[in-house]
Amino acid sequence: MRMSPSVLALAGPRWGADDAFRRMTLAFGLVIVGLAVAMGGTMAVNSRLAWRAFGLPFIWTSTWDPVAEVFGAWPFIWGTLVSSALALSVAVPLGLGTAVFLAEVAPRRLSDAASFAIELLAAIPTVIMGLMGIFILVPLVRWAEPWLARTLGFLPFFRGAPYGVGMLTAGLLLAFIILPYIVSITREIMLTVPRSLREAALGLGATKWEVVRLVVFPYARSGVTGAVFLALGRALGETMAVTMVIGNTPKVSLSLLEPGYSMAAVLANEFAEASSDLYVHSLVAIGLVLFGITIVVNAIARLMIHRATVRAS
Amino acid sequence: MTTRKTLRSFPALALAMAVAAGGTAMAATTLVGTGASFPYPIYSKWFDEYQKVRPDVRINYQSIGSGGGIRQITARTVDFGASDGPMTSAQLFAVDGKILHLPTVLGAVVVVFNLPGVDTLNLDGPTLADIFLGKIRGWNDAAIAALNPGVALPANPITVVHRSDGSGTTFCLVDYLSKVSPAWLRTAGKGTAVNWPVGLGGKGNEGVAGLVKQTPYAIGYVELIYADQNHLSYAAIRNLAGKFVKANTAAVTAAAAGTASSMPGDFRVSITNAAGDDAYPISTYTWLLVYQANPGNKGEILKGFLRWMLKDGQGMAGGLGYAPLPDSVNGMVAKAVETIR
Repeated sequence: MRMSPSVLALAGPRWGADDAFRRMTLAFGLVIVGLAVAMGGTMAVNSRLAWRAFGLPFIWTSTWDPVAEVFGAWPFIWGTLVSSALALSVAVPLGLGTAVFLAEVAPRRLSDAASFAIELLAAIPTVIMGLMGIFILVPLVRWAEPWLARTLGFLPFFRGAPYGVGMLTAGLLLAFIILPYIVSITREIMLTVPRSLREAALGLGATKWEVVRLVVFPYARSGVTGAVFLALGRALGETMAVTMVIGNTPKVSLSLLEPGYSMAAVLANEFAEASSDLYVHSLVAIGLVLFGITIVVNAIARLMIHRATVRAS
Repeated sequence: MTTRKTLRSFPALALAMAVAAGGTAMAATTLVGTGASFPYPIYSKWFDEYQKVRPDVRINYQSIGSGGGIRQITARTVDFGASDGPMTSAQLFAVDGKILHLPTVLGAVVVVFNLPGVDTLNLDGPTLADIFLGKIRGWNDAAIAALNPGVALPANPITVVHRSDGSGTTFCLVDYLSKVSPAWLRTAGKGTAVNWPVGLGGKGNEGVAGLVKQTPYAIGYVELIYADQNHLSYAAIRNLAGKFVKANTAAVTAAAAGTASSMPGDFRVSITNAAGDDAYPISTYTWLLVYQANPGNKGEILKGFLRWMLKDGQGMAGGLGYAPLPDSVNGMVAKAVETIR
């Protein structure tokens, strides 16, 4: 009887196939690492003029003058960090609250329907989110800003003219953009908490809140941290929606009502018309800094997840 | 299963595509160009219409911005470039070969404003510069009031809106401001992107128009056609002759005519703040950048298009908000076109 080729292969020495498989997957892994290295390398090479001209102070100087060819990245770094932090501070409590409701409180049917709607939110192109920002969020913020300035104006964060566009609007819009990621991943993770654990806690007389706080959250901590950092990565790199509402002004201000700028936005805005070599190199240098920040954020996330898993086990 | 089906039908599809591609490749020559977005509407109309005249020529134009156009023509990755600002002498020096600047049409940059209850406004250069410098902060400033007797100007602060992306539109405005205001030249200067002392940035003409339209008491600048499309009021600007002129294609052509006698041989000229009673002062040429010497028959094909553009193409400009070249300039450009090889 003839054997099919696959059975023949199985009958042969096994190490050959294993070895090939190992090499193949290693090659795939190396391609990914190679891509990241190549990206960093290309940006380093193509930003060398900026580093040569301005040195490391490029990162913390605030002048951006294409005419005089003096460039500093700080307003953009500031804008990216502040708008992302603002987005997280709104989206994390809101997202976790929604996820707890959907996973623990809501009836299963409602929960499934709602999470479908939330995942749909994640699929909306950000340029559409930007348009909604312009037509809905900006007028709302412009309406609310005078009130904010009157009541909270004693803080340095709420001073300035009510433009409507600015850091506050960008942060809120980013919060809406990253919210679906937090909600949907957190809910999925909470649903993986073993039923026996919940039942044990309930059996000991715990309230729903105590179950969430003492059983579900510790169990899901690493996954939730991962969700938050995935969302943060998304916020740091978001370009189109931010460009449309942040005001595109390279100034550093403590006030959230003032217009600002972000790293991704300045690249989108100025790359096409950057005429001189130093100008282009300075823009690429901003790209490199953004790349660096993303790596640092991801490293911190890894570390936190690692710590959480170690503590949990 | 699906994959296999697709694979089976693939050779037939590929064959069909190859036949289609071969059919056009035999007949058509393709010219590739990149550059300014300011003249994109009229260029795409021209390339479309020209294909009806010469079905064997295809022109593919990508509006990636003037800076990109200059970079790509310098690197010879395209057959022609396009720019709203002329190349600098340093840029031309870096080019291997001779690049011609050929003016195609003219455009105007208008100062749009959103003042509830006010729809006509007079401004002059120094006042405009001071507004964009942040020196004039309120609408009821004495300098603005002096230019607008009888207009009830509100006391609200001015919100300045400018372009956030590099742009030929910005270049035209700041080129004008640099001519009329020493303070502007000193602080911000001239370029496709500048370090704006005050204001919000909007992306593209549509971004600026949108912000001005939405924000009460805002002032900004866009190309003429965007002001019309968005129903934004725009200011009359005092020209060199002391007359307040509102932008329209006739006023732009008048500005070009006012400088035609002093047109340099290489056409690299700024026509902002032009002489003439009817001249609109914030006007500009837009240029095609072509090599004088081209490989193969590309030179002849370019020449054919440019001759058509100067004759039949000019008539299409007005409908899209651009001003046609004045006759005297048209003749000079036609002569330059004949030197292309």
